[in-house]
Amino acid sequence: MTQAFRIPSAGRLDTGRTLDFTFDGKSFTGLEGDTLASALLANGVHLTGRSFKYHRPRGILSAGAEEPNALVGIHRDEARRTPNVRTTIQELYAGLTAVSQNRWPSLSFDVGAISNLGAPFFSAGFYYKTFMWPRAAWERLYEPVIRRTAGLGVAPDKPDPDHYSNRFAHCDVLVIGGGAAGLAAALAAAEKGASVIIADEQAALGGSLRFESGAEIDGRPGWEWAQETKTALRARDNVRVLTRTTGFGYYAHNMLGLVERLTDHLAEPSPEAPRERLWQVRAKRVVLATGAIERHMVFPDNDRPGVMLASAARTYLNHYGVAVGRKVSVYTAEDSAYAAAIDLKKSGTDVLAIVDLRTDPEGALVEQARSLGIDVFAGHAVTGTEGRLRVRRVSISPVSGGPRRELEIDTLLTSSGWTPAVHLFSQSRGKLAFDEENQRFLPGEYVQDAVSVGACNGTSDLAETVAESLRAGETAAKETGAKKRKTVKFEAQASEDWSSGMAGAAPGAKSGSKAMAFVDFQHDVTAKDIRQAVREGMRSIEHVKRFTTTGMATDQGKTSNIHGLAIASEMLGKPIPQVGLTTFRSPYTPVTFGALVGHGRGKLFEPTRRTPIHSWAEAHGAAFEPVGQWERAWYFPQNGEDMHAAVARECHTTRQAAGIFDATTLGKIEVVGPDAARFMELMYTNPWQKLAVGRCRYGVMLREDGFIYDDGVVGRLAEDRFHVTTTTGGAPRVLNHMEDYLQTEFPELKVWLTSTSEQWAVIAVQGPKSRDIIAPFVEDIDISDEAMPHMSVREGRVCGVPARLFRLSFTGERGFEINVPADYGLSVWEAVWAEGQKYGACAYGTETMHVLRAEKGLIIIGQETDGTVTPDDAGLNWAIGKKKTDFVGIRGLQRPDLVAKGRKQLVGLKTTDPKTVLEEGAQVVADPDQPVPMKMIGHVTSSYWSENCGHSIALALIEDGRERMGEKLFVPMPDGVIEVEVTSTVFFDPDGERTNG
Amino acid sequence: MLLIHCPYCEEERPEPEFRHAGEAHIARAENITELSDEEFERHFFIRSNPKGIAFERWRHMHGCARFFNAARDTLSDKFLVTYKIGTPKPDLSGEIRRK
Repeated sequence: MTQAFRIPSAGRLDTGRTLDFTFDGKSFTGLEGDTLASALLANGVHLTGRSFKYHRPRGILSAGAEEPNALVGIHRDEARRTPNVRTTIQELYAGLTAVSQNRWPSLSFDVGAISNLGAPFFSAGFYYKTFMWPRAAWERLYEPVIRRTAGLGVAPDKPDPDHYSNRFAHCDVLVIGGGAAGLAAALAAAEKGASVIIADEQAALGGSLRFESGAEIDGRPGWEWAQETKTALRARDNVRVLTRTTGFGYYAHNMLGLVERLTDHLAEPSPEAPRERLWQVRAKRVVLATGAIERHMVFPDNDRPGVMLASAARTYLNHYGVAVGRKVSVYTAEDSAYAAAIDLKKSGTDVLAIVDLRTDPEGALVEQARSLGIDVFAGHAVTGTEGRLRVRRVSISPVSGGPRRELEIDTLLTSSGWTPAVHLFSQSRGKLAFDEENQRFLPGEYVQDAVSVGACNGTSDLAETVAESLRAGETAAKETGAKKRKTVKFEAQASEDWSSGMAGAAPGAKSGSKAMAFVDFQHDVTAKDIRQAVREGMRSIEHVKRFTTTGMATDQGKTSNIHGLAIASEMLGKPIPQVGLTTFRSPYTPVTFGALVGHGRGKLFEPTRRTPIHSWAEAHGAAFEPVGQWERAWYFPQNGEDMHAAVARECHTTRQAAGIFDATTLGKIEVVGPDAARFMELMYTNPWQKLAVGRCRYGVMLREDGFIYDDGVVGRLAEDRFHVTTTTGGAPRVLNHMEDYLQTEFPELKVWLTSTSEQWAVIAVQGPKSRDIIAPFVEDIDISDEAMPHMSVREGRVCGVPARLFRLSFTGERGFEINVPADYGLSVWEAVWAEGQKYGACAYGTETMHVLRAEKGLIIIGQETDGTVTPDDAGLNWAIGKKKTDFVGIRGLQRPDLVAKGRKQLVGLKTTDPKTVLEEGAQVVADPDQPVPMKMIGHVTSSYWSENCGHSIALALIEDGRERMGEKLFVPMPDGVIEVEVTSTVFFDPDGERTNG
Repeated sequence: MLLIHCPYCEEERPEPEFRHAGEAHIARAENITELSDEEFERHFFIRSNPKGIAFERWRHMHGCARFFNAARDTLSDKFLVTYKIGTPKPDLSGEIRRK
């Protein structure tokens, strides 16, 4: 297609450099430097989408990030289908494929538009009130249908094939926004010698100089000055210029999140290039130069394609060389829209009329418009529009009453004023102040080291903006210690004034009107909806917002919030600041999850910890399970065994011959120093002073509140040295807990704590043959029962390497744990494994470890305990040193609730049917026939099939459980009630003879 | 992300290096076993949770691993001062916001 609306004499693009693209399958031509919006407009296309709720035809409203309407899908390939892309931001590239959204079968004929006929019924709160009954229908019928009918783009169904990068940066001065204000501030700060980062969301710097035809700075046209300034900044080594980069979040201590778009504008991005880059910038000073956003007018049927913002029309004309229509009128309540009419008129476009709400507009722009022959209808309002897929007629009437007049047009430009973009300021927790005169919120009290300049600070005059920004840049630089004497001085000679305007509904959409006068285009919220919300009792703007969903779409109400607030304030009869303003939240514009996640996905999401023996387990067919960050061998299936069979075999073999287990992940802390025993006395409930060197003890650690925090076997290596083990997941928090007390409560103790978890590989050999298996490898340690009884530790050599050999058992069998330096772990394991083969030993994983310990009633922290279990609850009262006068938790244990009757106590459960294995977490009741909700008296904490016992086993926490031995209890499940008997927690070898067996 | 000055390392480091560790200046009672239930409740469970200046403990977990104290304004997240364990609570009455 020809670009019929391109005006070669206007704009800054090279008309020789054309690019082809498609929209909904139709081919078009645009120019290099176009956005998708400007290229579509150059071809006369305004209709780009259907609205969220009513499926009303919608066109391009703006020329920037605030765009609520013109959202499309950009399809590069099967996996790269980005929904909800703003056409006003998407840069054109050769072969770009865009498709419209939320319409069926086509954009110009959309069946869903039938909901527009029902619009009188779909007012605010409609969904909450209508789809109440029957209750079940919400999930099955209403929600699926509503979700299909309402909505925007469709999310891609394939994994994102692109990658995203992440950078941290520091600077003295960070400038957000590269318009006149930002450029001036950056230049002034850079000249003082400060390190500067300046970021702007557009491809080129210049901000609204892009459309301000009259602007002149430092003796040059504004846009030219901006490009020269950008080049000068780029050339400096203390400045980083980031384009296509949105400052989307302002966080604590002057840290800002910026997202840089690197490939979305390219026809053929390199597959190696990241699509986006997240910048986390820490700045000593922040200069906010984020400009202002023009608001539309709120009047009946103000949403037809062809109705757009005045500044947008100017941008398309002055920058892109596109006339947005042939027959244009303007509807405004302030001056800056006159400039759009004047620029268009001068370009040869037919500008019929300026409809101005103000009764007596005056000034140079008004005079100029009149002198160009444009009719100015002062004191008039637009009271209605017509046109199905494009506006073709508007009705106007005098505000004070009088005859209606109709204008035949194809484009209506509107402006009700400018809203300072205070989003980032507000995110920085700064307090906004209301500017009564101009009906706008401006930065008030700052909480962080920031300053706002230009339009976002309420400064509308360009000369003032430049002067203010130069000052701010220089001051910011000086405050960070920049010392150069150089001061930048220049002025803006011609400027435009953006102040004044109006907020709220214009005449024709006033209270009582049934008209569809849109406040929030993207969520289809009208002035009437907001009034209804107030009538139905919403008093706070926060409630109005949630009831109507105004400002809650992806554009976060950039063009609509002030209008909504003004209408609510009028209805409530309260001034705007008393109605309040909803909170600005990051991100300023939508940010992809990819950018936030960066490289941290898939295998890089979290580190995976593996033991030195991992490769052996892999080679021997282990199944693995994650335990915290550890990847642990779960079981070792042989000859096609399933998990059940493998675990049954491993359990049996270990008790019959021996099992070899990789226990490397156990947490280990070395507690050393002359006061080590005293420190251990305070940290654990057990007594330690009298523990002989070379002996071990099972220790219980409490928090000060008396609940179990961790447990583990502790070996005393010397008078002043303990080898402490912790649960696998508990190692870091146990060390933190110990350090806390050592550093802050008992700093007088001479003790040093060292994490040795990763220093030692631990090979557990358990079972009647365990001693025979390790015997050939143990040098200089006597491992006979007499010399090395159960619960002892020796230092010596195993396989010729230094070792700490523990005699202990987490299975109830005779057992050893060989600790060797991690680097030797694999070769020692392989030697032990080869020897074990001679005795019929097997390797076992975490599942068998769990079953074997449960057969012996040994608890696992986090499984039998949940932070509310005391030693007595767990049957561990024996581990509390009765003569001790102090340890962490000693007072907590005496709390009334912890000593009261009726606490849940750890017991065993045996199912009446020995084959039934209970579900872990299942609730237990005393009477299965009681009405629902039943009184639950406890729950199952561990449950397994026990091959060694020949029946299922379970541990459970049951109210007064130890008094219920032999009692029948019940576990109600969805498919029936399971009968159980309360038993001891020890299911196997109750007398513990096998530790020496 | 906060920037926190570690009084032991004597430099500002980013928040991920640190871990918050609850309210500061609550010493474990020397006679803890003699506390009444009410005293233990106050001692162990009740915290001031102020809006404004809070005295709190931090640990330079991934740095020097030391615990230290800080005064932070919970409204602005600004740190007024960080100081070593054992140093008395600084007098910041002049800094308290007039509300």
